[in-house]
Amino acid sequence: MARLKPSWQAAFALLLVVLALILGAMTQPEAEALANPAAGAAYPYLGTKGVIVGLVGVAALASMLRLPPFAEALVLFVGAHAAAWLLLTGIGGFEGTAKAPFYLALTAAWLLGWRCAAVLSAMRPGQRWERVALNLVVPALFGLWLLILWEAVVRGAGIPFILLPPPSAIGARIANSLPTLGEDMRQTILKSVFIGYIVGCGAGFAVAILADRFLFLRRGLIPIGNMVSALPIIGVAPIMVMWFGFDWQSKAAVVIIMTFFPMLVNTVAGLAASGHMERDLMRTYASGYWQTLVKLRLPAAGPFIFNALKINSTLALIGAIVAEFFGTPVVGMGFRISTEVGRMNIDMVWAEIAVAALAGSVFYGVVALLERAATFWHPSMRGR
Amino acid sequence: MSQPASITPATAETARQVVSAKNLGLTFQTNDGPVQALSNVDLTIGKGEFVSFIGPSGCGKTTLLRVIADLEKPSSGSISINGMSAEQAREKRAYGYVFQAAALFPWRTIERNVALPLEIIGLPKAEQAKRIARTLDLVNLTGFEKKYPWQLSGGMQQRASIARALAFDADLLLMDEPFGALDEIVRDHLNEQLLELWGRTEKTICFVTHSIPEAVYLSTRIVVMSPRPGRVTDVIESTLPKERPLDIRETPEFLAIAARVRDGLRAGHSYED
Amino acid sequence: MDSLRSKIVPVSTILAGIVVLWYVFAVVLNAPFQRDLDRRGGVTPTTTEFIAETLAQKKPTLPAPHQVAENFFKNTFQVKITSARSLVYNSWVTLSSTLLGFAFGTVLGILIAVGIVHVTTLDKSLMPWIIASQTIPILAVAPMIIVVLAAVGITGLIPKALISTYLSFFPVAVGMVKGLRSPELMHLDLMHTYNASRTQTFWKLRVPASVPFLFASMKVAVAASLVGAIVGELPTGAVAGIGAKLLAGAYYSQTIDIWAALVAGSVVAALLVAAVGLASRIVERAMGGRPA
Repeated sequence: MARLKPSWQAAFALLLVVLALILGAMTQPEAEALANPAAGAAYPYLGTKGVIVGLVGVAALASMLRLPPFAEALVLFVGAHAAAWLLLTGIGGFEGTAKAPFYLALTAAWLLGWRCAAVLSAMRPGQRWERVALNLVVPALFGLWLLILWEAVVRGAGIPFILLPPPSAIGARIANSLPTLGEDMRQTILKSVFIGYIVGCGAGFAVAILADRFLFLRRGLIPIGNMVSALPIIGVAPIMVMWFGFDWQSKAAVVIIMTFFPMLVNTVAGLAASGHMERDLMRTYASGYWQTLVKLRLPAAGPFIFNALKINSTLALIGAIVAEFFGTPVVGMGFRISTEVGRMNIDMVWAEIAVAALAGSVFYGVVALLERAATFWHPSMRGR
Repeated sequence: MSQPASITPATAETARQVVSAKNLGLTFQTNDGPVQALSNVDLTIGKGEFVSFIGPSGCGKTTLLRVIADLEKPSSGSISINGMSAEQAREKRAYGYVFQAAALFPWRTIERNVALPLEIIGLPKAEQAKRIARTLDLVNLTGFEKKYPWQLSGGMQQRASIARALAFDADLLLMDEPFGALDEIVRDHLNEQLLELWGRTEKTICFVTHSIPEAVYLSTRIVVMSPRPGRVTDVIESTLPKERPLDIRETPEFLAIAARVRDGLRAGHSYED
Repeated sequence: MDSLRSKIVPVSTILAGIVVLWYVFAVVLNAPFQRDLDRRGGVTPTTTEFIAETLAQKKPTLPAPHQVAENFFKNTFQVKITSARSLVYNSWVTLSSTLLGFAFGTVLGILIAVGIVHVTTLDKSLMPWIIASQTIPILAVAPMIIVVLAAVGITGLIPKALISTYLSFFPVAVGMVKGLRSPELMHLDLMHTYNASRTQTFWKLRVPASVPFLFASMKVAVAASLVGAIVGELPTGAVAGIGAKLLAGAYYSQTIDIWAALVAGSVVAALLVAAVGLASRIVERAMGGRPA
């Protein structure tokens, strides 16, 4: 027993593949072939079924030996993903025919993937770059398995393409329509989102400074700002389209309105965040309003301002795309989504969603990186 | 009520009065009614003195320091610093102030923290660099210029904040329990360094503390205060020599002064409520 | 009293300023159309008449506040509640999917937070994807969900509620992770000295500590949930709901209707946030919190 360190994921995975073997046929064609051996029809996993079961079994058993964590993770990684790869490629041409053992084997592979992630998360490497790499690899594994399960279930169960296309088809669609996607992105992101984001955040910041200067303005604006932040501002989209026309100006206007208030409220809160002692210190230097603002209060407000910038990065994208539903020129991500849904070109819709998510994540990521560079001193940033 | 204690410099040679307070009073309005933080305080501090303010919490010692620094306005009486009003003195940057905590800006390195008052005053870069090097040397922090405050120990942070207060060459140093949050070993060490620094620079220092040994060890004069209303109850001249090694604290002379301070505190402290 | 006065005076001053500005803009924005109309009609009205006319158009570019108020009042109180014109009816349609989605979202958010706090693997792998999930513009997902669910035969409330769920689980999950991790080390050590099990520590320490965080994030979540419900009505071709009113108003250029629907949405939002605030105050008082 001392040689083994059991894990429930690996044990469960073993159980599942054994169960899969007992239940027999992985797919409908295989069941038919078994029922009627004379027909000799081709069926999936003719040669690979044993390999899949073997891969999962060996990896599960090996992972429970007393291996160093890295070796254990490697064994699990190879076992889980090789099995998943065989399962995915094998179903090609036989979509919708999967039977219970297929899903059992898939679940077993997924459990090994989970175990792999668990082993990796438990590792505490000394090197800084190793920690960074781990923090990237573990979420990447999660994302990868999301795609694998999606692909396998959609193809195994033969879910109609119109309902939910498999990731591979979406990927192919993206590769095939890069020019269109690029055009849409330029219209929606480079014009509506960026211009609206910069103007909206800038205006919110400027008004926050004004409100800071004049107490009366602050007392009046902040309750209103807090209230407006909770309102469905997105509803002004049709009005903006009526006022500013179909092109990007109306979308930028929606984005400006949506990003203005979070920036205002957060900046005002941030400007109040510097400590009493620090403000007294500036007073002993007979420092003026602007000097105190630049040297003490704005740096101290940094975390709040970046919080608003991060919130606004997602709000801006939503605002621009929603506004396109109320009328656009024949280009733009929101326009493409609404028209392609109408034409039942669901893979194109998903392609736009993927691009939008990617753009949104990059946008958010860039702001988060800037935040890390600018507010490196804040306790929440130091630990990492 | 209390008898206003009149304090005058020990010797006539302390020619220049750095701080002079007459009949000073300050009342705060709180939700539970007015609170008399200071009442009838008369005080004169001469150049080169090291004056400690000691008393239980709520006795107004910090408030008095803040009035000197023009961080609070007195509600009665008058105060002058170097012959100017407290506000003029602040605008002329007549004093350096050290708070209970280091209050260093976490986004600035140690040298940039020390540079902060110099930037506000508007000194040229070369002059700034010279002063930073000199003051960091004074507090023994040479070599830590590029570190951020949170990378330093509490004692080092407080030394950096003293360097920041020294950087613009004010004659007066106001210190509000600067070592209160530090452990005793670090505190002893910093007390020793502070005395040495005072001896070298001949600054006037006002020092708020609630530790009797600290007050006796550092000061040329100890002002004992008591609460409700905040007032001065006793002023004790130190007879200790200017050269004070740490073990002076075991001498009978030291213990005698400490005993006097303790008596003063006990007399002023009302237990009836 | 003092704090009340120091708040109400500035707020009402600025609100009054906004109303005045609104009238000014209404006149300016509606003027070109009115001028056009007068020229064709061959009338030359006086300035007062002209201004009055710009504020009384049927389909103004910017309706005057009193027009919006009138429309809102009429469609809220004077129309039968079952009528399709009734703002109460439309608000109720939106509100029901908002509440359903909010309930789903809160439960989902709490479950995710509990998972993240207790399972290291989830902690490491899930957080980046939760953030990434919010960078997907929800509107991009909305038509998908509606089409997919309609094909499976699910229509009506659930698809809209799912969009609300998607928007509202995020603040709850993030807030609850913070809240469940908010107990100080000292308190955790204390539980450790009692040899308390993980479950005991969870119920007796982590959950009570997380309550203020839960309500704070629920306020954000309920507002997000309403946005989700309104937005969810846009691609569904919904016949009722605030989103449907917005879409219909935009389609027929009934600007006054749009503004009235916006006001209705704002009222619903304010009520929802106030309701969560009230609930939080009651719960916090029951837990012995000091009334702020």
